[in-house]
Parts: sequence; structure tokens; C-alpha cells
Amino acid sequence: MIGDWIDIGPTTQISPGNARTLPVQGGEEIAIFHTLDNQFYALVNKCPHKHGPLSQGIVHGNVVTCPLHSWNISLKTGEALGDDKGCVPTIPIREDAGRLYLKRDALVSAKAPEAAV
Amino acid sequence: MNAPNLVKIPEGDLRERLVVVGNGMAGCRAVEEILARDADRFAITIFGAEPRVNYNRIMLSPVLAGEKQFDDIVINTAEWYVENDITLVSGDPVVAIDRAAQTVTSASGRIEAYDRLLIATGSEPFIIPVPGKDLAGVVSFRDLDDVDRMLAAAANGGHAVVIGGGLLGLEAAHGLSLRGMDVTVLHLMPTLMERQLDEAAGWLLKSELERRGQTILTGADTAEILGKDGKVVGVKLKDGREIPASIVVMAVGIRPSTALARQAGLDVERGIMVDDHMVTSDPAVMAVGECVQHRGICYGLVAPLWEMCRSLADAAVAAPTGYTGSVTSTKLKVSGIDLFSAGDFSGGADCEDIVMRDAARGVYKRVIVKENKLVGAVLYGDTADGSWYFDLLKREEDVSDIREALIFGQAFAQGGGALADPNAAVAALSDDAEVCGCNGVTKGTVVSTIKGGACSLDAVRSQCKASASCGSCTGLVESLLKLTLGDDVKSGPKTVCKCTTFSHDDVRRLIVEKELKAIPQVMQELTWKTPDGCASCRPALNYYLLCAWPGEYVDDQQSRFVNERMHANIQKDGTYSVVPRMWGGVTTPDELRAIADAADKYQARLVKVTGGQRIDLFGIKKEDLPAIWGDLNAAGMVSGHAYGKSLRTVKTCVGSEWCRFGTQDSTGLGIKAEQMTWGSWMPHKFKIAVSGCPRNCAEATIKDFGVICVDSGYELHVGGNGGIHVRATDLLSKVTTEQEALDVCAAFIQLYREQAWYLERTAPWIERVGLDYVKAQLFDDPEAVAKLAERFHYSQQFMQDDPWARRAAGEDAELHQHLAEFRPFPTMQMKEAAE
Repeated sequence: MIGDWIDIGPTTQISPGNARTLPVQGGEEIAIFHTLDNQFYALVNKCPHKHGPLSQGIVHGNVVTCPLHSWNISLKTGEALGDDKGCVPTIPIREDAGRLYLKRDALVSAKAPEAAV
Repeated sequence: MNAPNLVKIPEGDLRERLVVVGNGMAGCRAVEEILARDADRFAITIFGAEPRVNYNRIMLSPVLAGEKQFDDIVINTAEWYVENDITLVSGDPVVAIDRAAQTVTSASGRIEAYDRLLIATGSEPFIIPVPGKDLAGVVSFRDLDDVDRMLAAAANGGHAVVIGGGLLGLEAAHGLSLRGMDVTVLHLMPTLMERQLDEAAGWLLKSELERRGQTILTGADTAEILGKDGKVVGVKLKDGREIPASIVVMAVGIRPSTALARQAGLDVERGIMVDDHMVTSDPAVMAVGECVQHRGICYGLVAPLWEMCRSLADAAVAAPTGYTGSVTSTKLKVSGIDLFSAGDFSGGADCEDIVMRDAARGVYKRVIVKENKLVGAVLYGDTADGSWYFDLLKREEDVSDIREALIFGQAFAQGGGALADPNAAVAALSDDAEVCGCNGVTKGTVVSTIKGGACSLDAVRSQCKASASCGSCTGLVESLLKLTLGDDVKSGPKTVCKCTTFSHDDVRRLIVEKELKAIPQVMQELTWKTPDGCASCRPALNYYLLCAWPGEYVDDQQSRFVNERMHANIQKDGTYSVVPRMWGGVTTPDELRAIADAADKYQARLVKVTGGQRIDLFGIKKEDLPAIWGDLNAAGMVSGHAYGKSLRTVKTCVGSEWCRFGTQDSTGLGIKAEQMTWGSWMPHKFKIAVSGCPRNCAEATIKDFGVICVDSGYELHVGGNGGIHVRATDLLSKVTTEQEALDVCAAFIQLYREQAWYLERTAPWIERVGLDYVKAQLFDDPEAVAKLAERFHYSQQFMQDDPWARRAAGEDAELHQHLAEFRPFPTMQMKEAAE
């Protein structure tokens, strides 16, 4: 249904290998990734470790490496990979006729976990 | 119901009336499926917009390329329509559907009543809305008329531009190229066919097309199609480039053709909504092909048609079976280029990539396995196993038994139990089988080398040269080590990362030897094990290429660590710190005022003097970076590169100009050194200091390059470090003039740039190679310093370009801007996101 999905603009706004951000008033900032494989993912823009801005990390495969302490986060599941433990919420995203849509309820309710101390 | 144009049904015909809108592949296939089940069920009328019989649209590419004629691609001849008692109304498209009256009306005014209606209107090309899109000579690539227009243009030769580097665009470009035109392909994305290919395969494809004489421009955004006297003469890009063209083919994509269904009030989203039996929201109306949306998906390929038409016919005339969606695969119909892709290659936490590259044959293969099942495949150069992989994928077969040998293809993986183990396959090779094609090394030679004491990959490479060149036989050599030594195999020197078996030195050497000039090219030629590398190797390769090919290699922003991409230092809260350059640590009241104004204006939360004699403004938001840089630029300051693996600062003392102990103008020399070296990218950060006397107030003996001025000249020190492991410098040499000091500085930096490993500071580099080695490289050949310095200065002419000024002028603005802002609460409109 229209309204359940929020139009966030054309796919061409994010070049492959890059991420852009979407602040949500009263909620968490969302990072939208475009991988070199041409897939799109949306995650809360906070590493589960120390809340580093994932949108600024290097994207390889479907993994982003956090710019603060090089944790590797799966763009698909939001989970920390390797020996690190933690998970950041993902937002369902879909591409339709060259535009990107985010699931409204997930966007509004997404909450980052507490950062490690 | 007494409209004058209503076509009368012959009296006595009790058959249901089936009207098909669309004489294309989908409509006709559906009719064939229905006829096969019950030939007498319907009285059938087919309306087609094109004035011809049904032909195989996907074969238009070979027609354009001159490999086939129109007659070769006809599916249903005029006789077929007659034999099956089908009324064909061609060249007269249906323009309206009256669902209440159950009639359709054609453009010519013909009205036809139906009991069942089948909509198969297909899709239409997407025309990008740029000025000039309606000029004569701008065509799409959808039907035979388009092909005729292209052939007419090609007859006069000249330049053609194809907009869109997807499947259709590349096939059009290939055809026009074969017809003798000079073709340029414009593609918005950085990778050709990015929907079907990953970066690695896209790069291989691009190189091959370029080798064939096409010009491929990626990241090319069309601004305008230029015309003269109503006819196209060229294309203008947003970056200002203009490409001449006597014909422009628009092939950026297709969209379902839904206008008719929408006007008839059927449920339409992107496509006409259908259920599993291809029935629309009106039970009397069916739809099939590229115009439909089934379970949320619109297909743009031919394969799903067959399944859709089968289920449609089953439901319409026999027992309903239902269509559950299709897994699609893609092949490019460009002769001589083998390319296959299928399924999902986006990977995932629970997915495993298996990559095989054969640089010598130009082969790239990647299969993706998830929960013991094959979920995706990308093949370039050798697609023989495409159908096998596709079959495994569609059948969701458990591949755990053949997992190890899966990437080698069907013959290998299914060649019997023993061969499914790659080690066993290698063991089965005869002693005279050639293992390394580049150096002509047989299995027997490799094994005897290993038995002779070479117990690591590196030792084998250095002793018998097997896998020392292109590296594609590395896996075989590793298997032989394992077979011969069991667990006694020693690991070699540190590789760049887990993506490769090559060391930093090998990668650097091979980049130069094989003239590798792009990251995907390095990964292909050196048989990288991952599709697009990782956060360790991408920045390293980017630096190595930048160093090897100054002025030629284009820096890859996606391979830069955040600080170098943003030209500022990220802080723990995600804000940045900004450090303007102060040459030799010298500033002026005007500069300080500008810095103070900027700190106020952009609400810097901390202003700190750094260890390198600079001023650091903390807490700047990424959105504000271009503006603050613009302000600092206006006051004459450039980027301080406090964020880069590059020259950081030149720290100085006041020297002989002011200090009663000073022996030389250390401040002046420091400024000259900084002006010579700023902007140069290095393996790691690089610090310089110049002290005016041995009291060494500038702390030159813990810098990468330190100068201690003495009465008789300048002592040059290298390899110092004040970090975790404090290391005092080694004395490199002593010179008598400023110019000599600067020359050795440039030469030393270039040696470090060309030989150190990425992320290796000068201190560990010198510990590793030895001071004597560095001295020998610099001073054994009396020309060495001059030659190294010359290479450094050559590179610097491309590096000394203030990145802040470019960003302040608007370059890469998207890196600093939010995509949009979402305010969920105040309003409840459909579209709240501002662009």
C-alpha cells in the first residue's frame, strides 16, 4: 500500500560503493548504502560498538567497515561479523522504477542499541 | 450494444470470443498454449500495433548486427494465423477497453466484443526527459522500425551515441559498431550492466568493448541532446563534454505498458496486477508478459513468458496450475563475448562467495552459496557451465557434496567422488602436466622443488617460478605443497590481506610489470579471491596505483578511508576536525582572524593547537565542511592534510632569523620543504621537522624526515617516530646547501612512496629493509637522488591541487549532504521526503 513505504528519491542519488544519510526527526539517522553489486540497504547509522557513523565506512561486498574501529557490519542483517558481537537495526528498502522506498513503520521505530562502554 | 462498427460474429459460432491485445511474443505464445490444450474453445482475434506478423523481439540484435534477416526471426507466419482461424488485426492498436460492455476499440474505430480479454501490451522504452529527446535521429531499440532507422543512419557512417550500458544498449552499440559506425556508449553508473554484473565482470566487459573500438563512458550523465535544423548532431553531458552523433539510441530501460489497462480501471501498480493464473482484477480480463506485475515483480526478460503463458492456458482451458514467479538469467548477445549472470549475487552474512579468476584466459567466475544451495552466479569469459549453475539454482539442489569443486564447473564437480576434492584432482595429474603456463613449470618440477626444501608458496615461487607471474595457478601449487608436505607447509610473507595470496611487494611489482591501471584489473590479473576486495586491500591498491601511474590513474573515492574521502578527521561523535595548512607552522594575524571567525560561524566546540604546530577546529558537521573550507580558502589557506596518509606538517623552530643559537634559516627551509611536499599521497602519514641547531627544538629526530641545521650545513635524519614505539632517527647524510637538503628529502620520500608497504611508516620500513639498503638506493648511483626527486616532482604536479577548494566549489557535494530529511509526525502526506 502507498503510504507504508516512504519515497526517498531516485536511486541515482547514491553512487555504487557509497552511502547517504537520512535524518529522521525524533528518531535515528538512517544510512542508505549502494553496494558495488548494485544492491541497496538501509541501516541505523550507528555501529553497535561505539555508535560510529557506518555511512562513512568503506563498503566491500555487502559489508561496511566502521570508520571508528573497523568493525565489519553486514549490510543485510546489521550484525557485527567475525568475533565482534552486536547488531544494528535494518530498515526494509525496496527499489521501484528507479526510486527507493523505505518501510515507514521500521523507519520511525528503529532504535540503535546502547553503545558499548 | 448496437454500435455501427461492432464486428459481427458469424451465426452459429458458439465459441467464446477471446480478444488478444498485443501481437508480440507474449500474446502469441499464450494463444499457442491455449490452442495446444483446446483448439476449438475460442474464436480468437489478435490486435497488433506493428504492421507485421509476430516475430522474436530478442533477436532484433542479430538483425541489427547483420547476422540475421527479418524472415529468420518470424515466429508466426501469416499462414499460422489462417491455419488456426485467428483474425489478425495488425497496424491497428487497441485504444480503449469498455469492461462493462466487454468490447475493445481500435485506433481505426473497429469495435470487437469479447468474452475473455487478454492484455499483452508488453513494455515501452523509457525515454529520459532531456532537452532534444524528440529530435529526428533519436531512437529507442524496441521494434523493427527502430532497427530500420538505425540501419539507415549507419549507411551514412559517422558517429553514434548509445545512452544506456545495459543489455539492450550494449547490443545496439555492438550492432552499430559492426555496421561501421564510431560508437560511444554513455552509462550513468560506474559499472556496465550493473544489474546483472558485479564490478569485476563489468570491468572485463568494458575493457573488451574498448578493445573492439567502442568508447565507453561510465558515470556519464546526459544533460541534453543537441540538434540542428530539427536533427540530432550530438549529446552534451552534465560535465560539459560534447559527443558528436548522427544517431542517438536511447536504451536506458523499459517500463510496463499499462496505459490501456489503467484507463480501463484495472488494478495497476508498476505493472498490471495479476494473480498466479494471470487474471487481473477483472475476472474476464487476463494479462501476460512484460506488462504485468506478479507477486510484486515486473519481468523484462523473455524466459518468464513461457511459464506465465503455460499457467494462463492451464487456468483458462484446463486445470489451473499456477505461476509462482521466475528465476531469471542473462546472457549478452554480443558475438565473441561470453557473459552469464543469474540469481542473487548480493551476498550476505550467511552467503559464501567462491571466486575463480584466470587472468591468462580472461576468465572471471563467481558463484554464491547460501545454506548449501547455489543462489547466484556471474560468469565472464567462460560461460560453458552457465546452464548447469542455473539448473542447480532453480532446483535449489544441495551442493554441499560438490561444494569444493563447484567453481571448476560441471565436468570437474561431477567427475566422480575422487575428483570432487581439488587436492585429489591435482594428485591425479601426471608429472609432466604443466602447472604454471607463464613459466612453463610442470607438476614434477614443482614437487621436486618442494621435496628439495621449498616448503612455502613463496619459496616455490622464488625457486622454480611456478605461480610467480600471473598467480592463476596459485591454488594448484598450494595443493601440491599440501599433498607433498601435509601439515608442514610454511606460510609465506604477509599477504596484502585475505583476498589475495600475493605480498605487498609482489603486488607493487606486478602493477608496474603488467601495467595494471585499475583496481578491478589488478584483482582480475592477480586472481583476487573476493569479488571487490575488502577494507584492507582496496585502500592499498588505490595507493599503489596512484603511486605507479601519476596523472593517469583516477583516484577511487570508494577505496579511501573516511578521513581521506572527507578531507577532515572523523571524531568519535561522527563530527569532523578541520586543520588548515600553516606553512612551516608560521601564521599571520589575518589568518588567525579568519580561523577565529570560522570557529565561531561553524560552532567549533574545541580549538586546539596540535603537536605539529597547527590549529585544529573540532566538532564540525559533515554538511558544513565545504562552507568552512570555502571561508578558510578565502583567507588564503588550503587543506592541512591532517587526515591523510600524506605529508602532514613540517614543524620548525625560528632558526637563525630570531634565535641567538640558530645556525641556519630553519623556518625558511621548513616552509620550502612543506611547499615542495604538501599534497603527496604516501604509504602512511609522513612528518618533517627542521631544527635550527642541535638543541633540536623542532624535535626533528622523531620525524620521518628531520633536518638538524649546523654551522657547516644540514644533517639529514630519517625513520624517526614518536608513536607507540618511539624510535629516534638514523643519520642519512650531511649536505651543505638548502637545495641539496630539499633534493634528498624529495628523493627519500619517493623511495618510501615506491617501496614501502601500504600503512608502513618509515620507521618500520627502515627496520625491515635496513638503513644501508636505503643509503645504497639513494647514493650508490650518483644520479639516483636526481632521478628519484624528478619522479617525485612529476607526481607532485598532479597532487598539489587543494581538495578543499574543489569541494568548496561544489565537487562531490553528495558526500556532504543528507539524502533527505524525514519528519514522520507533523503531517501525514504520502510523500514527506524532500529531495
